[in-house]
Amino acid sequence: MHIVVCIKQVPDSAQIRVHPVTNTIMRQGVPTIINPYDLFALEEAFKVRDCHGGAITVLTMGPPMAEQAMRKALTYGADRAILLTDRHFAGSDTLATSFAIAQAIVKIGDSFGAPDIVFTGKQTIDGDTAQVGPGIAKRLDLQQLTYITKIASIDRHAREITVERRSEGGTQMLKSKFPCLITMLEGVNSIRRGSLDNALRAARFPILKWSAADAGIEDLANCGLRGSPTVVKRVFAPTARAQKAMQIDTTDKTAGHVADEVVASIFTNQPSLEGELSSNGSA
Amino acid sequence: MEIQKSETPSQATGRAAMKKELPKHYQDHRHVWVFIELERGQVHPVSLELLGEGRKLADKLGVQLAGVVVGPRDGVGTGPAIADAFAYGADLAYLIESPLLVDYRNEPFTKALTDLVNCHRPEILLLGATTLGRDLAGSVATTLQTGLTADCTELDVDVDGSLAATRPTFGGSLLCTIYTLNCRPQMATVRPRVMAMPQRVAKPIGRVIRHDLMMVEEEIVTKVLGFLSDSQSEDANLAYADVVVGGGLGLGAAENLQHVKVFARTIGGEFGCSRPLVQKGWMPFDRQIGQTGKTIRPKLYVAAGISGAIQHRVGVEGADLIVAINTDRNAPIFDFAHVGVVADAIRFLPALTEALTRRLAPRDHMKLVN
Ligand SMILES: Cc1cc2nc3c(=O)[nH]c(=O)nc-3n(C[C@H](O)[C@H](O)[C@H](O)COP(=O)(O)OP(=O)(O)OC[C@H]3O[C@@H](n4cnc5c(N)ncnc54)[C@H](O)[C@@H]3O)c2cc1C
Repeated sequence: MHIVVCIKQVPDSAQIRVHPVTNTIMRQGVPTIINPYDLFALEEAFKVRDCHGGAITVLTMGPPMAEQAMRKALTYGADRAILLTDRHFAGSDTLATSFAIAQAIVKIGDSFGAPDIVFTGKQTIDGDTAQVGPGIAKRLDLQQLTYITKIASIDRHAREITVERRSEGGTQMLKSKFPCLITMLEGVNSIRRGSLDNALRAARFPILKWSAADAGIEDLANCGLRGSPTVVKRVFAPTARAQKAMQIDTTDKTAGHVADEVVASIFTNQPSLEGELSSNGSA
Repeated sequence: MEIQKSETPSQATGRAAMKKELPKHYQDHRHVWVFIELERGQVHPVSLELLGEGRKLADKLGVQLAGVVVGPRDGVGTGPAIADAFAYGADLAYLIESPLLVDYRNEPFTKALTDLVNCHRPEILLLGATTLGRDLAGSVATTLQTGLTADCTELDVDVDGSLAATRPTFGGSLLCTIYTLNCRPQMATVRPRVMAMPQRVAKPIGRVIRHDLMMVEEEIVTKVLGFLSDSQSEDANLAYADVVVGGGLGLGAAENLQHVKVFARTIGGEFGCSRPLVQKGWMPFDRQIGQTGKTIRPKLYVAAGISGAIQHRVGVEGADLIVAINTDRNAPIFDFAHVGVVADAIRFLPALTEALTRRLAPRDHMKLVN
């Protein structure tokens, strides 16, 4: 089995602050991490390799510093790592991103054997679109299996895979074929700890750095800004609510009294709610 | 103190400022489409919410609004879906019925929608940002090689008629407005409950345009083996509840969540939580409220022991009334809540539950007292 796992290095968005005056992002000193959703994909890939053997190639598109994320993935136990990095990719939207990554996966196929499964996380925490996985699947004509919670079985000889997929209101059981692209849902596993051996190996491991040309992209019109139909025209801060909450005074009052006051203010603000709740709720 | 070096999020100032020159072959794209999501016979309410937005866009552009219905033949749900489309503002409906469209699968749905777009050439195409909608939108946009803006919170038409799609960025700390310049259709997804439910039209009428699905089962690789409905497990109808109580880390321990549940049960509402509780395994993921969980739009939201981080805020801002209970009077939740109580949620929630019961069932209460 050859498995490609697409990961992304992202700023830890919990630690991003917005400059109060200029409304710009203060990234300085914000640590970067592997997109948390991608770790579910990576662990699932490891599990498949544990059962069925094979090799795992991690692939990322990003600036040269994304090498750190690659080394981390190698520490967890990936077999090889490819960093797709080129200034021509700057400003890519999801359509251009899926183009570049899909091209790199074709090239990976040429060099190391065509992948049976391509994994991605459900979405990234910086872009939050959940569009790149489906975009790659469509471009490479892979079976698209999104929001997967479980790989139920794999039949290597028949090249069949059975999965459970989260959908609105329930879980779908799907049977599909290789090659496929799986986007993993969160919380379905947790990434294994890297071994000391892997950490030592990762530190020295030669990470392949591919430019657009290395990935076999000749026409750059599909890359970066030129290949992105969407453009960001304006960035702004959400308008703050003019008023802070009306505070209910709690001094020298029992919880019961304060609660009565809160209830009174709820129904003053939302008079229709009282009738609705009396007819369907309580008692 | 040193001011940190800041930078603007990557934006294409140069290109965005460029005058739009839509290629000729896109210039005949007209009308606003809303994909009517039908899974297992049920219309997803997000589609109706989108029809409300779509109607406004279509009126501004002076074009028609169409609902796109894709589903199984002999009607499970397609009839009501078309009726709903007209009832919530569509002028016409495109319909593809086929036995291959019983359950959602990417291949036949992508084929159906892209064929319809290529044939009838809409200017704007909107889908719900549900698991189905996101799965479908991503592959349709890639097939059509057009732009797609995910999880929009605001849609508008600007002076030159372009779709201005606004969405949160950087974890909700900023908003950005995105345009699709030189491609059509302009595609966007919107999460359930972000847009308000529109009024029903008094006397709905519309035209139905049918198409065939140009596909046979043998061409479809992925097969559906089964479906396990959530109603067999715990049903969380959080997004559409009128009253929601959310518990946060301030509750301190998993046991204390019972106060949240008792409140919800007593008042006939739903309960949810902030993300750390899901990470701790105190509540299942489908109860998480916020940017990476559910968006809610209740008439009343009670936030108990929740700090009000931006990622939580974006999921609850649509609530008509937010009541916050927090021990810290400087907690950010008080910046956007309407009513605030500085109190220990563990002790105050039971008191609130009791007070509500008293108020809502006065006669029963009198009986108890007498
Ligand atoms: C990419 C990303 C996505 C995220 N998505 C979400 C999301 O979808 N939803 C979400 O909620 N969060 C999300 N978060 C997390 C978010 O940033 C916050 O960490 C989280 O909302 C905080 O949860 P909390 O308010 O329960 O806990 P805390 O921040 O720990 O706050 C606890 C609050 O309880 C108060 N308190 C303490 N004791 C009591 C008491 N006895 N009674 C009353 N109050 C008390 C404290 O004063 C404090 O304000 C996301 C973060 C990231 C990075």
